[in-house]
Amino acid sequence: MIEIRWHSRAGQGAVTGAKGLGDVVSRTGKQVQAFALYGSAKRGAAMRAYNRIDDKPIINHAKFMLPDYVLVIDPALAFTDNITENDKPETKYIITTHLDKKELIAQIPELQDKQDRVYVVDCMQISLDTIGRAIPNAPMLGAFVKVSGMFELEDFLESMKRVLAKFPQKIIDANMAAITRAYNEVN
Amino acid sequence: MAEKMELNDVEVWDGNYAAAQALRQAQVDVVAAYPITPSTPIVENYGAFVANGYIDGEFVMVESEHGAMSTCVGAAAAGGRVATATSSQGFLLMVEVLYQASGMRLPIVLNVVNRALASPLNVRGDHGDMYAGRDSGWIQLDAFNAQEAYDLNFCAFKIAEDINVRLPAMVHQDGFLTSHTAQNVSPLSDDEAYAFIGDYKPVEEMLDFSKAVTYGAQTEEDWHYEHKAKQHRALMDSYVVIDRVFEEFKQKTGREYKRVESYLMEDAEVAIVALGSTVETAIQAAQELRDNEGLKAGVVAPRCFRPFPFNEIRDALADVKAVAVLDRSCPMGAMGALFNEVSAAMYTTPSRPLITNFIYGLGGRDFSLEDAKHIFREQKGHADVGYITTHIQQFSGLRGPKLGFYETKRSK
Repeated sequence: MIEIRWHSRAGQGAVTGAKGLGDVVSRTGKQVQAFALYGSAKRGAAMRAYNRIDDKPIINHAKFMLPDYVLVIDPALAFTDNITENDKPETKYIITTHLDKKELIAQIPELQDKQDRVYVVDCMQISLDTIGRAIPNAPMLGAFVKVSGMFELEDFLESMKRVLAKFPQKIIDANMAAITRAYNEVN
Repeated sequence: MAEKMELNDVEVWDGNYAAAQALRQAQVDVVAAYPITPSTPIVENYGAFVANGYIDGEFVMVESEHGAMSTCVGAAAAGGRVATATSSQGFLLMVEVLYQASGMRLPIVLNVVNRALASPLNVRGDHGDMYAGRDSGWIQLDAFNAQEAYDLNFCAFKIAEDINVRLPAMVHQDGFLTSHTAQNVSPLSDDEAYAFIGDYKPVEEMLDFSKAVTYGAQTEEDWHYEHKAKQHRALMDSYVVIDRVFEEFKQKTGREYKRVESYLMEDAEVAIVALGSTVETAIQAAQELRDNEGLKAGVVAPRCFRPFPFNEIRDALADVKAVAVLDRSCPMGAMGALFNEVSAAMYTTPSRPLITNFIYGLGGRDFSLEDAKHIFREQKGHADVGYITTHIQQFSGLRGPKLGFYETKRSK
């Protein structure tokens, strides 16, 4: 069982990202779960989304989890949200930021003993450059593909194309570019 | 003619979308709806299906949930296949009409995405609304995940419309925990799905002008009692059709449903009885306790909340020593409703296990594997000494000072 927690702001696409990830992963024959904690949340409010991935049916419906991956798609939440909550000694962090890794970790005391498990990528800039809007979910998926090593990039892009099939070609191409660039830039 | 939709063998759907797809495939004649969180996406997606040519039936937007259910009653009496969806306060506004629908024996299908009741206002899942429907004369089927929310919709149409039942049916799923959680769902093709429920066969339809009928007549003390007793009997006896439809569904899909589901109960010493998505979390907790602590834990869950499966509950719990019955609704001045019903059933058995009541998960409060394990371990404690060592009613996951009510008068 792999558990993933997304830290996001309502409107940044964490729910879509988590569901998209679930959709893609299900096409590899795995069982998936994607859910979020929101409801009356307002655009811009801090929120969390979650994924579980396993080989057997997922029957745990609790929101409580010890995440294997923490995906932070809003730069400020790395500072203001409790991103290390319930983490494990092997939990990996992928954080969107314009800072380089050293600068970021220097400013967040909770990450200082986890340096080798922290990865950074500028999802905001990537999505602005490729999609034209600050929708950081797609680039985060690219970074996750790289860091997790769960999929080949080409296979992931192919599945993602099918998930996005209902959108115009321009949007599909922009998302593919965003995923690919984040895959290459995450470090 | 409605267009067909190509579906993959496995889709990743949340419970709301699964229910919306089931309603589309059932080719409902009339859906009248007034959306409310967390059931909104059911009718939102259904509306999109209508707009995109996937549905021949009517989609009626109304001014309230009372209007929605009233429209459903009218359409069903006119002779159509009818369905809608709601939650929480919307469900409460429908309650007045729910009794009309069941009293008129109209086989409407209502998807209830369970949500807490105000005040305080809360959009998240508990079973307050589900419990508010328990005396309304409807069949109540309970889904524990998105796949089941999909499957049980087809069963609900087939059961409700059976000439030997002709009663409305609710399909319940947990708000957010099921309705907004995407999981792998294996859908039927449009043709397979429709073939399972078949064409709607109207009974005493008002639109048959050659044979005038009255719906919703008045009966005072001369006949009211007989009508209600007959309606009660129809609901009590509907289990025959429910079992048959579940069996037919299994033949078709390989997915098996029972009015009472039992998990890991073969040699269980202690059990949790629960409803909704909690059932699955409790199964995982039971399995982990068996694997790691040798605790023989099992889970029993009414799939069918109404008609209440009195006999099957007795059979399922016949050999356990201690049972925790979990109510996700605040009973306000009493023991939990599910606790009362399970206790009444078990009181008439020779084993009379030790039964305690947990209130939990109100307003969407998380219910974790650890919470379930704690409850199992406490039941094991009761079983070992032979009496209830805690309060009979406790509260799982509640912050603040420990709250509990009543102690046992049975000792070893």
